[in-house]
Amino acid sequence: MSNRLRYIRQSLTAAALAAALATPALLSAPTVAVAQERGGTMNIIVQPEPPILVLGLNQQGPTQTVAGKIYQGLLTYDFNLKPQPELAESWEVSPDGKVYTFKLVKNAKWHDGKPFTAADVVFSTSKMLMETHPRARAVFAKAEKIEALDDYTVRFTLKEPFGPFLQSFEVSSAPMMPKHIYDGSDYKANPANATPIGTGPFKFKEWVKGSYIHLVRNDDYWKAGKPYLDDIYFRVIPDAASRAVAVEQGTVQQTQFNDIETFDVPRLKSLPNVEMTTKGYEFFAPLSWIEINTRNKPLDDKRFRQAMMHAIDRKFIRDKIWFGLGRPATGPVNSVTRFYEPGVKKYDFDPKKAEALLEEAGYKKGSDGTRAKVKLLVMPYGETWTRLGEYVKQAMKRVGVDVTLETTDSAGWVNRVSNWDYDMTFNFVYQYGDPALGVSRTYVSDNIRKGVMFSNTMGYTNPEVDRLFAQAAQTNKDEERQQLYSAAQKILVEDVPVAWLLEMEFPTFVDKRFKNAITTAIGVNESYDSVYMVKK
Amino acid sequence: MTAAVITPSRRKGSGFWRAFARNKGAVLGLVFLLLVVLMAIFADVLFPTSPWDMTAAPFEPPFSEDALLGSDTLGRDIAAGIAHGARVSLLIGLTSTAVAVLIGVCLGAVSGFYGGWVDDAVMRFTELFQTIPNFVLAVVLVAIFTPSLTSIVLAIAIVSWPPLARLARGEFMSLRSREFVQAAVTTGQSNLTIIWRQILPNSLSPIIVSASLMVATAILLESSLSFLGLGDPNLMSWGYMVGAARTVIRQAWWMSFFPGIAILLTVLALNLVGEGLNDALNPKLARKGRA
Repeated sequence: MSNRLRYIRQSLTAAALAAALATPALLSAPTVAVAQERGGTMNIIVQPEPPILVLGLNQQGPTQTVAGKIYQGLLTYDFNLKPQPELAESWEVSPDGKVYTFKLVKNAKWHDGKPFTAADVVFSTSKMLMETHPRARAVFAKAEKIEALDDYTVRFTLKEPFGPFLQSFEVSSAPMMPKHIYDGSDYKANPANATPIGTGPFKFKEWVKGSYIHLVRNDDYWKAGKPYLDDIYFRVIPDAASRAVAVEQGTVQQTQFNDIETFDVPRLKSLPNVEMTTKGYEFFAPLSWIEINTRNKPLDDKRFRQAMMHAIDRKFIRDKIWFGLGRPATGPVNSVTRFYEPGVKKYDFDPKKAEALLEEAGYKKGSDGTRAKVKLLVMPYGETWTRLGEYVKQAMKRVGVDVTLETTDSAGWVNRVSNWDYDMTFNFVYQYGDPALGVSRTYVSDNIRKGVMFSNTMGYTNPEVDRLFAQAAQTNKDEERQQLYSAAQKILVEDVPVAWLLEMEFPTFVDKRFKNAITTAIGVNESYDSVYMVKK
Repeated sequence: MTAAVITPSRRKGSGFWRAFARNKGAVLGLVFLLLVVLMAIFADVLFPTSPWDMTAAPFEPPFSEDALLGSDTLGRDIAAGIAHGARVSLLIGLTSTAVAVLIGVCLGAVSGFYGGWVDDAVMRFTELFQTIPNFVLAVVLVAIFTPSLTSIVLAIAIVSWPPLARLARGEFMSLRSREFVQAAVTTGQSNLTIIWRQILPNSLSPIIVSASLMVATAILLESSLSFLGLGDPNLMSWGYMVGAARTVIRQAWWMSFFPGIAILLTVLALNLVGEGLNDALNPKLARKGRA
């Protein structure tokens, strides 16, 4: 009851504040340095409801956002993806790039009072995550030895140098799990899974399924004086329109990722009580594209695919379908991901050039003005992707290509795309900060695996691209990696294995009273130990 | 022959029209319906480009220069969409009703004419369909067979035939024992001939009336399916237009308003016409109802 009262009171304050802030002069005033005082409750939307909060066992988006406050990783990354200390206070890399030594913070404790030590790190990375976390397994399988030199020093010895090794230690890539709770148990059946125990600034208090998850301040947190907030409520609101209303009325103070539909963004952006940012997704850096099955005619012809790049106006897609969110993509690497190469072939929006390429490839106009027919399987992820499908159909028709739209549900979509039963579809893939982690997987030929989603489902093969990606992952010299990745990007952009559309941006709406929410490349998945509320 | 003798007045065109025209609403409905049909026929002349073409700037309000009724998110002309959508709505409404009438009347006729265990079997089968909520069944059918023109027409037909079957059965049962039918039996006509030539023509009027109302229901069903995104993605239809506009209703009211009005008026017109037909074809009923 008292919770509810507090909740209502906060909503009222939020509304009053919203009214007070409505004057533009106040809006543009520079942020005055306010003392970072303790106290305050933050309500954050979580959508969909996570199945479990143990980050080592489940790494879905919503789980990351909630559990990121409970668990921690050894490192985090700034907006330029440079490693920053978290549970590791310092680290060293040997000159041959094979030995990584981490010094841990000495005063960190698990929520049940046990100290956090090197044994936990060794257990997490060499045992538990190897079994439960596919992305971590791919990275730590490259380690020959993981050992604790003393209670606060961990050494990873790799079989061979691995470029993005230091990019793999943020909280969702490698969450630190408590050895004393999980070692020797059946991880998935451990009774402690209902009450997650981490080292983070917030402790698990209560979870009312279908309604909210309540986290409270960890008074024994290892960073002195932090966190500032008293508690965080993650509220489950399944309906998109209700989520937008909750932001408008100020009953929630933060939304992230896809919580707010693109068409609501322009309206909510102009609200006086919240601030919108698209920062804090640099680590994920999703890139959307038209996936092209290069096994099928006429899509097997490079010139046909290049014509598609010219026929589609990506600025229009960004402005009219994504309501201004995102940047037109130039190639396979998102410009915020490491080793992005800007000097690649440019495909301007130019239907004439597209038609010339189609002519050259031998696709002449028939009597009905049609050069070729292809099918487009629309991704069943909501209204926005449907609009995109309709746009692509019209844009291709303008250059004489007849596109038939097909619809399906999400299970059907995954099934058809992963089994190569499609001509064209849409897709977007996270890049995780490094081409070796999130880019090469969709272009290298040894990842053409039937039945596996987000692999090279296009069936694109180019031995030179394979070689460049392999070589770039096996070195940790940044200049050398840049050269190899630049070469790979130039070839890919020439070959157009997929028609890249947008470097996608997600809107994060944060109540203006809450400061320091988005400070790193993992944005809303951060621990929030330095978030504070400005009180009036 | 025998059929014509029983109610001679019904066969007279003038009598039918007088009865129909007595219902002012029905005439109004018919006029409006004719306009919709003309619009559907001449959609290509009125709006020569495809309704999917982006001909205007996005979000143009109504009465702007290049879009009479405004344009949508991608700059497609709402007026063109309504004209071309009329085709889809009418096409689906008429064909699915035709299929439903075919199924319903065949089953109803067999059931009513033969009676006994045949009747029992057919009616239990019909009830099976009647116990499942119409719309839910239609959604499931379209989702399973992937949305396309054919699957939508069939789904609507499959959920709409049971009332027709029951109606036809009732008519056949009552006419089965009439003298003209017995006379036909004595003269040695085959069952099929009796069903087809004797009873069916005499039971047509209530079937026509409910079929005309069913066209309206079918158009609504199609709109609801498209609204939920289960329409044929390559066909512009009114329900699709309302569904696609729903998300931007606060930015662009006209996107959902005009197609919505088109659905409303067309369905209303069909209902008025159906009522007029009812008056004209069942004069006794109508007079009783109006007294």
